[in-house]
Amino acid sequence: MIAAEHLPVLQVVGPLLAAPICSVLRIRNLAWFFTLIVSVGAFLCSLLLLQTVMESGPISYELGGWMAPLGIEYRVDASNGIVLLIISGISSVVLPFAKRSFEAEVPEKLHSLLYTAYILCLTGLLGITATADAFNVFVFLEISSLSTYVLVAAGSSIDRRALTAAYNYLILGTIGATFFVIGIGLLYMATGSLNMADIAVRLGTIAEIRTVDVAFAFIVVGLALKLALFPLHTWLPNAYTHAPSAVTAFLAATATKAAVYLMLRFSFTVFGTGSGLLAPMAGTVGIPLALAGMFAGSIAAIYQYNLKRMLAYSSVAQIGYMVLGFGLLSVTGVMATTLHLFNHALMKGALFMALGCVFVRIRSVHIADLSGIGRQMPWTMAAFVIGGLSLIGVPMTVGFISKWYLISAALEQEAWWLVALIVASSLLAVIYIWRVIEAAYLKAPPPGRAVAEAPLSMLIPTWVLVGANIYFGVDADFTVSVARAAAEGLVGVMQ
Amino acid sequence: MLELFLDKYNYWIVIVLMLFGLYIVISRGNLVKKLVGLNVFQTSVFLFYISLAKAEGGTAPILTGKTELFSNPLPHVLILTAIVVGIATTALGLALVVRIQETYNTIEEDELEDLNVAVMKGEQDRIPGAEGEAR
Repeated sequence: MIAAEHLPVLQVVGPLLAAPICSVLRIRNLAWFFTLIVSVGAFLCSLLLLQTVMESGPISYELGGWMAPLGIEYRVDASNGIVLLIISGISSVVLPFAKRSFEAEVPEKLHSLLYTAYILCLTGLLGITATADAFNVFVFLEISSLSTYVLVAAGSSIDRRALTAAYNYLILGTIGATFFVIGIGLLYMATGSLNMADIAVRLGTIAEIRTVDVAFAFIVVGLALKLALFPLHTWLPNAYTHAPSAVTAFLAATATKAAVYLMLRFSFTVFGTGSGLLAPMAGTVGIPLALAGMFAGSIAAIYQYNLKRMLAYSSVAQIGYMVLGFGLLSVTGVMATTLHLFNHALMKGALFMALGCVFVRIRSVHIADLSGIGRQMPWTMAAFVIGGLSLIGVPMTVGFISKWYLISAALEQEAWWLVALIVASSLLAVIYIWRVIEAAYLKAPPPGRAVAEAPLSMLIPTWVLVGANIYFGVDADFTVSVARAAAEGLVGVMQ
Repeated sequence: MLELFLDKYNYWIVIVLMLFGLYIVISRGNLVKKLVGLNVFQTSVFLFYISLAKAEGGTAPILTGKTELFSNPLPHVLILTAIVVGIATTALGLALVVRIQETYNTIEEDELEDLNVAVMKGEQDRIPGAEGEAR
């Protein structure tokens, strides 16, 4: 089949071409349906790609037939195959949910443009992940970021703070992307190549020079801003709190994940042993900041009354776990990071969607308004509770699988204190999830409030993710085997 | 020292512009001025790419059949893309500033902060536990 060999580029070019078409579809249901088809198409592509990669190894695609390293190469292996699957999968699950959610939160005339921004964001995220060309990454990074700023600002009809949140995100995001592109420039200066694999080869042949180290520092700092590593996370809580619920569910599950993937890709595949800075950076900056993020994020989450903001701070903490696995620089550590990429997307997606269901009915996600909601919206809150348990890391949920591998990675290096800290920060998650359960189930609903269960079109997607939380928590064979292949592919380069 | 400065004067200009830009973004409270700072910052990167492509005595890369020394055209092309990205960012940023001015009636960061913090305080003050509290 001719289409099969073009899959790596089709899933990026498809949405890219679809975006301008979507912008002229002025009927909102049509725009929504079109977006859904595009997203499901990308999902099927990534499913096929991951299957092919797991069976027969990495796929390399030369754009326009120009040979790498001169031409732009798209390369899919296990580590980005799974990220592609997360991005397109979450997007396809969030879209059915987004229809009712946008109707409740965004003025009708903006819908088709909002879906256009959504497709562009999807394009950008898939592009970042699929490409093997360093400058191409920057272009897609900016496509996804610019559309994200628009998506966040769309929340301004509910709360005007969405505008200042989007503005701050724009400033910090642009600084991050510019740092990244400075790093790419320095790398190009040192190696004369933009193809990731080619840069890695050429770095191996040149003597250790200051330019490469500076490039590494710029790229790491730029990406740390994008992935919201503590203390560069300040844009995240406001952006997630004030964006429309469906946008938050999509972004929280995908945007930071693509940046974490880039961090892994650049640290291992591109720099690998080429920069002597990787190991010292991971040990003295990566792990301490990850731990600080785990605790600062969780503690800040405990004091939040707006539940979306609470989950946003919790995301800062969860990113800490991902960076911690990366910082250990071992196969098991990177496995834990990859698993948590996948698993955290499932749990945060489910949690933010459950809050979206609540918002549609009571027009608030303030904890004081949620008293007794567990009895009035039993299915929605049950989804929230299961998502919450997964976030804590209770067995039979995906959260447990991630924590298990993270703790194994720490034990491998006999870092008992790390294990203690991981468990302690998980206990903090118990506190903030319990606050919600207490309000929702143990308090009486305010008299006179009649609330119906959320509409099915929103409940079903939420429960699809909740089901995935349990399914991949019980049967982790698929995720673990992909994560192992990914980690060996990435870290194997170093050894 | 002076030689180091003169030999690499293009890179010194880049560094100075970069730091000026970042400083403006951080220190200015006016949202439009911040965007100006961001632009200066991005421009320094454009200059950086362009100057690293320059070959001493090189000409424009046009094939004439004779062997000549060319400047590297690739970074120039890359920067064309980056300039487009910069324009898009500035346009989007300014559009957001317009919307902020319309809804808040100010574009000074500290005033916006005060307005937002006041709303936040209101949210936090609604102590959970008072059931049936009027919304």
